[in-house]
Amino acid sequence: MGIFNKNYYESVKVQKRISNSIILILLLLGSILLLSPIWWMFATSVKNMQEIMTYPPTFWPNEWNWSNYADTLEAAPFIRYTFNTLFLTGFAVFANTLSNSFIAYGFAKIRFKGREVLFAILLATMMLPAFVTMIPHYVMFAKLGWLNTYLPLIIPQFFGGAFFVFLLRQFFRTIPNELMEAAKIDGASHLYIWARIILPLSKPAIATVAIFTFNGAWNDFIGPLLYLNDESLYTLQIGLQVFKGQVSTQWNYLMAGSLMVLLPVIILFFIFQRYFIEGMNLTAGSKG
Amino acid sequence: MDKKKMLPKKRVLTLEQKEGLQGYIFISPWLFGLVTFMAGPLLFSLFASFTNYNITSRMDFIGLDNYIRMFTNDSLFWISLGNTLYFVAFSVPLTTIGAVLISVLMNQKVPGMRIFRTIYYLPAVLSGVGVYLLWMQLLSPNTGLINTILSWVGIQGPAWLFDPNWTKPAIIFMSLWKVGGSMLLYLASMQGVPQSLYEAAEMDGANPFRRFWHITLPMITPIIFFDVVTSTIGGFQVFQEAYVMTESGDGGPANSLVFFNLHMWNKAFEVFDMGYAMGMSWVLFVIIFILTFINLKLAPRWVHYEGGK
Repeated sequence: MGIFNKNYYESVKVQKRISNSIILILLLLGSILLLSPIWWMFATSVKNMQEIMTYPPTFWPNEWNWSNYADTLEAAPFIRYTFNTLFLTGFAVFANTLSNSFIAYGFAKIRFKGREVLFAILLATMMLPAFVTMIPHYVMFAKLGWLNTYLPLIIPQFFGGAFFVFLLRQFFRTIPNELMEAAKIDGASHLYIWARIILPLSKPAIATVAIFTFNGAWNDFIGPLLYLNDESLYTLQIGLQVFKGQVSTQWNYLMAGSLMVLLPVIILFFIFQRYFIEGMNLTAGSKG
Repeated sequence: MDKKKMLPKKRVLTLEQKEGLQGYIFISPWLFGLVTFMAGPLLFSLFASFTNYNITSRMDFIGLDNYIRMFTNDSLFWISLGNTLYFVAFSVPLTTIGAVLISVLMNQKVPGMRIFRTIYYLPAVLSGVGVYLLWMQLLSPNTGLINTILSWVGIQGPAWLFDPNWTKPAIIFMSLWKVGGSMLLYLASMQGVPQSLYEAAEMDGANPFRRFWHITLPMITPIIFFDVVTSTIGGFQVFQEAYVMTESGDGGPANSLVFFNLHMWNKAFEVFDMGYAMGMSWVLFVIIFILTFINLKLAPRWVHYEGGK
């Protein structure tokens, strides 16, 4: 055919340009579609109730009532909830990065009898629906007298999670053993190797665990719902849920509250998006 | 040295044994968690499902009563199971197909791709009550964004969360918004497809559609499989959407959002019929196990692994 023909190249070039334009338009449309809910949340949060009820709804608020935010903060003790949530989230991030990297080191870098079987069990536990253990956990913590404290939300975080152990183990295995061998010859213990060699080399993976844990703990709803009754202990998620019942028709307050709860996650996402995305790739590459 | 004298029969640990011991020390937190937060609770739950346990004093063995009651005398059990199956049957295929299609677009070389990837992934990291409240607002029948957009093209949108026929589609629609999580998995695996395959196909004159169908799709089937299995398992645990997005977690109009886990939650923590609820959780586990097993059995028919198996 006309591969050696000048026209062929021209037509390929034109085709590429057309298809690229189509792709760009599709991606742009998709972006608008995906982002419009967030814009809508923001727009609603600054409208007054009258404007929210008008039909057809306005995309660009006629009036920007920034005071909605102050009113929302006043209507529910969100500052308190924020501190509670930060406390729990901080604990979760600390406990998860520490324990999971410790456990994963054992699975990745130390040979011992039964390692493969135990690792298979670890993977199998990922398949278990959370609801199967939820009621026994509740019973257990109730008998321990831990209801209405943060203990049920903190203590279990210290014993590792299958997904994170798996993720970190995959990463640790990519670190060459020669580095460890050299340290071993100098008399270093596994504890030393873990703390001084593996952890510093694993910052991206540890960051991934930290970010995912932050996200999970910040958004955790079922845990606090189950274990916390005292309003002074509430987290943002529970506070927001209760707030929904109190101001169910006042969408501007509800959206202002929702946006304030989601904002830290959005900001974190844009700062650390590289890690968010790398973290996913890490798991994708290893599971394929 | 002293210890050796006190226990003359015990041999000194070999280097290998010492190493092994350290391995167990490192994984000991997980082992402890496995026993106290997994194995123990599971055994307790299994046993308790054959009793009338209600957390206070009662725990009489009642045999299969809970299970018999579930299957013969609890209409909400069947409704909740049906609702859950409906949700899984639509949300899993739709989000999978959606994620694959979007990741094809994401895999093209056009300017600004980094920004697009960030935008498409953003909804996947947002969750919790804030997002559900947002969607309640988006779905509101008259003044919500979705029905407004529909009205532009002359469609009178349904009442969504207020119409029992549309509550589940509404929740499925919402799950599509968060398609970015799976998208990223597919994108990562698409980027692992050897470029040479595409070049060879292009030489043979294969059009983009054929290249996708015969190269990309088979090469990413392991990830599709993984995603289908995990999202099926996740789909069966749908709970928060229904709990938050309905009036005081009652399960929506005409019980249309009473999902399996919501029913179980109410049995366990509203009426404290815990033996029964734990029985339900085991039924759920069996259903998930069977479906995962079927998925695994069907996999060789369509999942393509490089280098044969």
